[in-house]
Amino acid sequence: MNDKDDMLRELYQEVIFDHNRSPRNYRPMTGANRHADGHNPLCGDQLTVYLQVSDGIVHDASFVGHGCAISTASASLMTEAIKGRPLAEVEALFRDFHALLTAARDEPGPQRDFGKLAALAGVREFPARVKCATLAWHTLHNALTGEASTAHTE
Amino acid sequence: MNMHTLQSAPATRPALLQRAADFPILSRPVHGKRLAYLDNGATTQKPDAVIEAERDFYRHSNANIHRGVHWLSQHATELYDTARTSVQGLLNAASADEIVFTRGTTEAINLVAQSWGRPRLTVGDEILVTHMEHHSNIVPWQLLCEQTGAVLKVVPVEINGELDMLAFDGLLGERTRLVAITHVSNALGTVLPVAELTAKAHAAGAVVLVDGAQAVAHTTVDVQAIGCDFYAFSGHKLYGPTGIGALYGRRALLDAMPPWQGGGDMIRTVAFEHTTFAPSPQRFEAGTPNIAGAVGLGAAIEYVRGIGLERIAAHEHALLEQATAALADIRGLRLVGTAANKAGILSFLVDGIHPHDLGTILDSEGVAIRAGHHCAMPLMTRLGIPGTARASFALYNSPADIDALVAAIHKAQRMFGTRGA
Repeated sequence: MNDKDDMLRELYQEVIFDHNRSPRNYRPMTGANRHADGHNPLCGDQLTVYLQVSDGIVHDASFVGHGCAISTASASLMTEAIKGRPLAEVEALFRDFHALLTAARDEPGPQRDFGKLAALAGVREFPARVKCATLAWHTLHNALTGEASTAHTE
Repeated sequence: MNMHTLQSAPATRPALLQRAADFPILSRPVHGKRLAYLDNGATTQKPDAVIEAERDFYRHSNANIHRGVHWLSQHATELYDTARTSVQGLLNAASADEIVFTRGTTEAINLVAQSWGRPRLTVGDEILVTHMEHHSNIVPWQLLCEQTGAVLKVVPVEINGELDMLAFDGLLGERTRLVAITHVSNALGTVLPVAELTAKAHAAGAVVLVDGAQAVAHTTVDVQAIGCDFYAFSGHKLYGPTGIGALYGRRALLDAMPPWQGGGDMIRTVAFEHTTFAPSPQRFEAGTPNIAGAVGLGAAIEYVRGIGLERIAAHEHALLEQATAALADIRGLRLVGTAANKAGILSFLVDGIHPHDLGTILDSEGVAIRAGHHCAMPLMTRLGIPGTARASFALYNSPADIDALVAAIHKAQRMFGTRGA
């Protein structure tokens, strides 16, 4: 065992494998009133995020697509995390989650309880993989802000 | 191509090369593990001979070329010219004047597109490429098509990674002005029958460019035997420095081509009324070139020729056969690209593990591979996959690297709970 193996176990936690094998909310949504496509051309990762938003609340969230374990698990965990939340909280979570993954090693990172999303914090030790974990979130952001273009994490 | 004949060679194994000690970077551990560098299709490592040649140039020989009456400038010019002669020898070009230094394969192809293609092509003219080209042998032609109204035609690829030769014959027509084909597919390792394709293209009246980026380090190349009009390659995939490569162009074609960049070093006389240009190859080398890079490339060429490209090809082919057999034994692993004639490139997919996850886990074991579309997105789309994991071999790889690759794939399968062998 070496440091890299420890980091690897931090990256590929059981919750990541679980959500990769059985992604939650993996379905197109017929009643969606917001949706956006995300694409990471370098990896070939591709997904669509669907939202049902009314009265300032994300009532339902789902996604379909394909990608690596990190990107699939991140999308799955994201849909769980934002369902039933007010838009302002979702936007704040997007900012904090992004900061969590991109914080320098010696920085404390944002102080908040990330719940299951904390499982993705190990990605920060793998700079080449941060874009995998953030693709779904950038796509979510585009869906919420109504930007029609495809989200890219390049 | 000699690697083809080796397939049917008797059971005596060719002696493997033992040259890893020439490459200082290979002795550095990665993540505490022995480095198994199998990303040679992206770039190769550099032997001491190349590192020292660049260092020596700056320590003992640095000056600008072609313009100094002082001794050092003449010395630097000689070294630069010697490097050009090395490239001529590598490709067996008829003359060193047929060798243009460029930043690499990409710039060489763009040079042909803009200098040969742009003044000549017109609406309805056709450029023929294959479905397995690297983006650098697609996009320059797309730009040229936008500029001239020419049309890009694509020769389909069989599912095993071989070129559809019948379709090639069918697509080759009287409007075909240029055929631009790779010598070796960077994503699949397929070796194309470039001499045969060139002969057919010439019979149809088309000019032929061969992208040799993945070929020059792995097999002997003879542009006169191939018969092609242009041949492009990069130094950094041939154990040389980055930022230097070369274009071979048949003399008659180069002489008839206008400059594509203006500046110093490429002129004969400059006046505001009228400027005249230097003959090729200087005409295509505007500005101070990458002199140290050319010297480093020359050293790289002498290094591989010293070993012998046929021996390197035999070494890599032995590794390819060994790795193909070892990977085929792994349950849940699928090889992508199984053409009969292949260079040392193995693309593969592992059930239930995305190539990027595989790349990260292999890296933790010191095994460096490439994961993704390999700058061949149309080919990946054709094969219906987002990308592959790719191991590519060089002269310094050994069976120990293959063992490390196989062990690391098993580790990934254990971590992902997918079934390993």
